[in-house]
This record gives sequence, C-alpha cells and structure tokens, in this order.
Amino acid sequence: MANLSTDDVRHIAKLARLDLEEAEVAQFAGQLTSILEYVGQLQAVDTKGVEPTAQVTGLVNSLRADEVRAPIATREGLLGTSPLPITDHQITTPSAHG
Amino acid sequence: MSTANGLTIAAAHDLLKSKQLTSQELVKDCINQIEKVDGTLNAFVYRGFERALEQAKKADDQGDFSNPLAGIPYATKDVYCEQGVPTTACSNILRKKDYVPPFDSTTTARLKGAGAISLGKVNTDEFTMGASTETSCYGVTRNPWDTTRVAGGSSGGSAAAVASDQCLFALGTDTGGSIRQPAAFCNISGLRPTYGRTSRFGVMSMASSLDTIGPMCKSVEDLAIVLQAIAGQDPLDGTTGSAPVPDYRAALTGDVKGLRIGIPKECFIDGLNPEIESATREAAKVLESQGATIVEMSLPHSPYALATYYVLCPCEVSSNMARYDGIRFGHTEPAGDLVEYYRKVRSAGFGKEVKRRIMIGTYALSAGYYDAYYRQAQRVRTLICQDFVEAWKTVDCILSPVTPTPAFTVGAHENDPVAMYLEDIFLDAQVMAGVPALSIPAGFSKAGLPIGVQLTGKLWGEADLLKVAHAYERATDWHTKKPVIA
Repeated sequence: MANLSTDDVRHIAKLARLDLEEAEVAQFAGQLTSILEYVGQLQAVDTKGVEPTAQVTGLVNSLRADEVRAPIATREGLLGTSPLPITDHQITTPSAHG
Repeated sequence: MSTANGLTIAAAHDLLKSKQLTSQELVKDCINQIEKVDGTLNAFVYRGFERALEQAKKADDQGDFSNPLAGIPYATKDVYCEQGVPTTACSNILRKKDYVPPFDSTTTARLKGAGAISLGKVNTDEFTMGASTETSCYGVTRNPWDTTRVAGGSSGGSAAAVASDQCLFALGTDTGGSIRQPAAFCNISGLRPTYGRTSRFGVMSMASSLDTIGPMCKSVEDLAIVLQAIAGQDPLDGTTGSAPVPDYRAALTGDVKGLRIGIPKECFIDGLNPEIESATREAAKVLESQGATIVEMSLPHSPYALATYYVLCPCEVSSNMARYDGIRFGHTEPAGDLVEYYRKVRSAGFGKEVKRRIMIGTYALSAGYYDAYYRQAQRVRTLICQDFVEAWKTVDCILSPVTPTPAFTVGAHENDPVAMYLEDIFLDAQVMAGVPALSIPAGFSKAGLPIGVQLTGKLWGEADLLKVAHAYERATDWHTKKPVIA
C-alpha cells in the first residue's frame, strides 16, 4: 500500500523532531515500507459499521474526590532530575525564538 | 547443596516464618548468585545490594514474617520508578545523566509495604520496545539455558534473573507479549493481568491503551502471591478498575473438573515449530486427564492481532515518547533554540527501534493517514474483542502456544524488524481484548530449550486462570527444572 521514499522519511523525521543520518534515512525507507506492507493486511478486514475501540474494560470517565493529599514527591526532587540550569524553581531552556 | 536463592517465594516464606532462614541469608545467597552468573547473562543493569542488605537486616530485626513477601528479594524491570534508584528504561536518553526518580511507582511502593526487598534493576529492550533485550543500551541479556541465545523480551532481564535464581521473583511489563514470551524462553511463569488490574503509575509508558504490568515467578502459587500484593484500584492510575480483588491463592484448588478449555485452530500456523505444537497438544492432554474438557474453537480475527498491534503501538509510542525532551529529565545537548534542542536530544538519546516506532506512529497519525491506519486498527480491535466474547459462550479458558519457536540466537533478527515483530504472533489478540494471559513451563525441545504454553482467561478472571495453570503445574515437573549456566 505505502512505499516510502527517502524524501517521505525525511519529512516524517522532521514531524517527529528527529535528525536522521543519510544511512539511517535509506535504511528506514526500506524497513518502514516493509512494516507498512505488513500492517496493510488490515485494509482487507471488513469493518463497515464497526465502532472503534480505545478502552477495553468499559471505563468511561474515572474521577476521584478533589482532595488535597500528601505529595508523592517534593518540588526540589522533581526539579532535581532536570539536566538544565534551575533559576528560582524554574528550568532554564534554550530560547523558543532562536 | 542448593542455596536459598533457588527457593520459591512460598517455600522461602515458610522457612523465614519458622526462623530456619533469615532474610539476610536469602539476600546474600541472591547476591552471590548474581556475582557468579550475571557477568555471563547480563540481567542486572543496576545493583542495589547495600540497600537490600540494610532492608534485610531490618526485616530480621523486626522478625515479622506474617506477610508472604516479607524479607523476599526481587528484581524490577528498569522501567519501574523507585525513589532514589537509577531508572533508565535501558535508554541512553535517561542513562547519560542517570534518571533517579524522586518517587515510587505504586507497584514497588506496594511491594515495599509488603516487606519485599528490591535487589536492583534488570534489563529490558529500550523503553520495552523489542522481543529480545537486544535494543537495550546495556547490551543483550543471554538465555540461562543457552547463552548464545536471547532470553526474550522485552522483560528478558526479569526472566533470566528469575530462571537463574538471582532473585525469587521479578516484575515485568507486557504491552505486546513482553512478560509471556521471555517467561517461555527461560522456563518460568509469567502473568499478564487484565488491563487495569494492576497500577501502572510510575512505570514508564509505551502504549497506554495496551500496557500492563505483572509478576514473573518460579511457580503459579508465587504468581498468585505477588499478584495479591500488587492488584487493585489506584487513585493515581485512572485506568485501574474497581473490580474486587479475590483471594488468588485460595483459588488454587487443583480442581478443573468440567472446565471447558478451548484450543484456537488459528494457532496451528505453518511457521509453528513442531515441538511447540506437540507440547501444546500434550498440555491439553494433561488438563484433560485432570477432568477438563478440550474444545476445538476459533478466534477468527486473531490472525490480524499482530498487525493491529503494530499500528496502535507505534502511534501511542510516538505520543508517549514526546515527554523525553531533555528538559525535565534525561540527556542534554548544546543547542541554539528549543526545536533544535528537542531534535538533538532525541536523535542522540533514542535507539533505532524507538526511532522506528516513533516514525511509524508519526506517519500513521499524520493528516490523511489517520483513518486508514489508526481508526481501522481500532475497528479491527473491536472485532478481536468480540471474538473473545463469543468464545466465552463455549469455553472457560483458552490454551495456545506462547511463541512460534524456542529462543532464537542473538542477532538473528538484527536487520529485519518484521521478523522480530512476528515473535509475538500468539500474544497480541489477548493484548487487544485486555484479557489476562499467562505463560507456564511445558517442556523442552530436543536441543534442550524451554517451551511454554499460554492460558488465557476472561476479563478480571485471574483467579480462574491461575487455578487452571496450577492444576497443570501440579501434574508436571517442568517448572522445577533449572539451567546449568555455561
């Protein structure tokens, strides 16, 4: 069904925020095409009038009481895992504007 | 003389309770075994021995072994967060600056509450994506039965550690077969519970509509003991269900008289190894001799389960992996702006299989392809669920193979992702329907490789499922066989 070109792979990589090396682009074009060929068999299944399933145990909304409870981690603990500099309890990231 | 690390949980508990064994002796025996065999097997990726010994001493000092897990050492797959313990999902994106979670997963917290002792973290395919642990940034885990072969995956470290008596039990995760397949490859028992039976809070997500977590053990009774401790609703995981948790050990009566056990005809495909086929049919005979009735049956849409999986899983992966952005945790790279930062961090941190799944998912979810792939797969999922609803009208439990072949050699599927995906061909109909399934030891190939069989039950039906597995185990001795590690 789908035959992915190296240009397609580059485009998908851009959407996925991945930099691929040229060798990876060529390898992925072949491998992704073979995966898409394999899953292409689903197109042959007659699903007319069949509702899609996202949840299998019948849960619709799962609500709990709006109560303040003991935190499971501290602010310092959560900030402490960041690899970036912390200033005033905020993570300093590279600029979003370049 | 065998040491205490070779015991089941139930046997060790009896000795701890009657003061014939201390938790410190038990933990030390496990540590000795890890030091002896794990240089060859590569199951442990983080060893927390000091902490384990401290906890064992505390357990001995307190002397309260009323809980069946008190003082029992176990291993955790490297995707369960444990406060203060490095947890990397065996991925460079979290390893380069080891992620040390500031909180516990619900499951490790529940085990801690029961008195179980964590020995450390065991190997997995990167973010659980794989069937061989070959995508781990720490390298492959080798099969204790034949070290030229894989232990399976993704919970291969868990399976190898349990099979080689480096711990008494381990935690795994099963999204598309990752508990059952390595259990079968290594001659241990592994349970994928009903979707939502066990909490996934604090366990790194792969595909959220499919992910489950469960125990990997040396006996069915041990599966029941661990499941008892970890099952039940969790306010921190909105997908857990409110169904009451029964007494799982009480269900192990050995009585399967009159139970109808179905064998789906779709399992006997061309690629099925004849030794696995005969082990499966032999298992049916064993259950029949226990008084069960064997019924030929059909799950007509099950041949589509694997393809359904390889649409839904990568789509959910492409979304879940977005959190590894190098900001709140993980790897970092120098970059001029934020988008460049994301690209550089993700490109350097993720391995090939993770990138492949992100790419497939991104493609399948992109404009113009969503209905053809994701929506269609969700519709096929509905048909697979309906197959099980139909099946339960005529059978109580389903027996099938776990894998099409015994453990394969390291590197066998290196450049062929589809061949690797086909390893899970018998495991994904259950995933789609959310029903519980387990793998138990059922024999060996002529070459001496373990063979498992799979039993599948109804939603929330773990007690009945464990009952059937236990009845089979009582009539056989496969689960008692131990590897000689070369």
